[in-house]
Amino acid sequence: MDLTLKVWRQDNAKAKGRFENYQIKNISPDSSFLEMIDELNEQLIQEDKEPVAFDHDCREGICGMCSLFINGRAHGPDEEITTCQLHMRKFKDGDTIVIEPWRANGFPVIKDLMVDRQAFDKILQSGGFISANTGNAPDANAIPIGKDKAEESMDAAACIGCGACVATCKNSSAMLFVSSKVSQLALLPQGKHEAVRRAKAMVDKMDELGFGHCTNTGACEVECPKGISLDHISRLNREFLLANLKP
Amino acid sequence: MSSFLNSSIGKKFLMSLSGLFLLSFLLVHLILNSFILFDNTGELFNQAAHFMAANPIIKVVEPVLAIGFILHILYAIILTLHNLTTRPVGYNKQKQAHASSWSSRNMFVLGLVVLTFLVIHVANFFWKIKFTGHELLEHGMVGEVENTYLLVTTFFIDWWWIVAVYVIGSVALGLHLYHSIWAAFQTLGLSNQLWRRRLNRFGLLVSILIAGGFAVIPLWVKISSLL
Repeated sequence: MDLTLKVWRQDNAKAKGRFENYQIKNISPDSSFLEMIDELNEQLIQEDKEPVAFDHDCREGICGMCSLFINGRAHGPDEEITTCQLHMRKFKDGDTIVIEPWRANGFPVIKDLMVDRQAFDKILQSGGFISANTGNAPDANAIPIGKDKAEESMDAAACIGCGACVATCKNSSAMLFVSSKVSQLALLPQGKHEAVRRAKAMVDKMDELGFGHCTNTGACEVECPKGISLDHISRLNREFLLANLKP
Repeated sequence: MSSFLNSSIGKKFLMSLSGLFLLSFLLVHLILNSFILFDNTGELFNQAAHFMAANPIIKVVEPVLAIGFILHILYAIILTLHNLTTRPVGYNKQKQAHASSWSSRNMFVLGLVVLTFLVIHVANFFWKIKFTGHELLEHGMVGEVENTYLLVTTFFIDWWWIVAVYVIGSVALGLHLYHSIWAAFQTLGLSNQLWRRRLNRFGLLVSILIAGGFAVIPLWVKISSLL
């Protein structure tokens, strides 16, 4: 496949960025999107140019490190996958592909396509600890949890914190991320003791870091590589309202 | 409490509650207006309008309703202004249509259209009935009951573009409501997979009923005058 890439280049966090066009030839339709960028970087290095900086780690779709806004969509045109799992067969020979970093106040660009997602870590940290007994590993099923609750909690825990929800949201709201992190604990007995403090602290931190207000468009759920449900946002709202009713 | 109302969810909580309150007002308003369709002598509608104007309960509800409107509009502005700052550098290319509905992305714009319509609407009728009075209201008055029916129908019959304004206002209101009914419950924490489907269907039904109802009345008055 021969492609034209329109890539966002930005030297550092303070510099003004710009789009650069690159031609790339003989890309295998079976290669992944990130492998295609690797090949672009090989080409740039041979031409004595600065390679494109982009985030990636496991390349198995589970770490949440890769990002990229590809042709107007977070993680590109495929459904429920991360960019590393996107394959070039989803594009046509001769296509022009626009590649941009996540755009949000809470995610400033570090360089080219890399953004600083520490805001998510700060929100997680503000959630604090959960009480758990120390000592030997507890017996299996020592704490009874309903199957449906366990499943829902696991669904929430599937969030890999990639930030596609924020990148997609027209308001750059982090509600889907925060709600999945609140839900995974709120559904389990282990997380109950700190539920009130956690919901308040995480929402406060989210607001403080400059994310937008959710307007329930539902775009985050559609673009989330893990298909995290809007149900969790409703649960977060519920947890937060109840937390504020308690003294 | 103040920290709750300063939080993003707290502000949205107020939007939801005030919105649902305004929705209940719309339903009552539509029921009363529908009397125009059911009795072309206007007596039924005049009695209803008089009842609403003279009823002491309504006198208490009126300022509450005004507060509902003010809160809903004020918080819409506060929330939207913040949301405009959250993406300093925009995307060169962004596809949104497959992931969210047009009305959900344009609630503020639709709200502005509805507000513009509301100002026109209040100036047309409410203002005259409540404050300035109008000669048509006194035309053929039965006791204390003013001829509101005559004021309303004359207005629609004389100016076809007013009918168009009312239809546009109704459609904008319908699109606004279509997204907002489920969204209000979602923000209050009262939604899940099952209730999301139910509330979305209910929202569609209510928005068609309200938008259709309010649009049909001026159209019916105008068209039946031509027959």
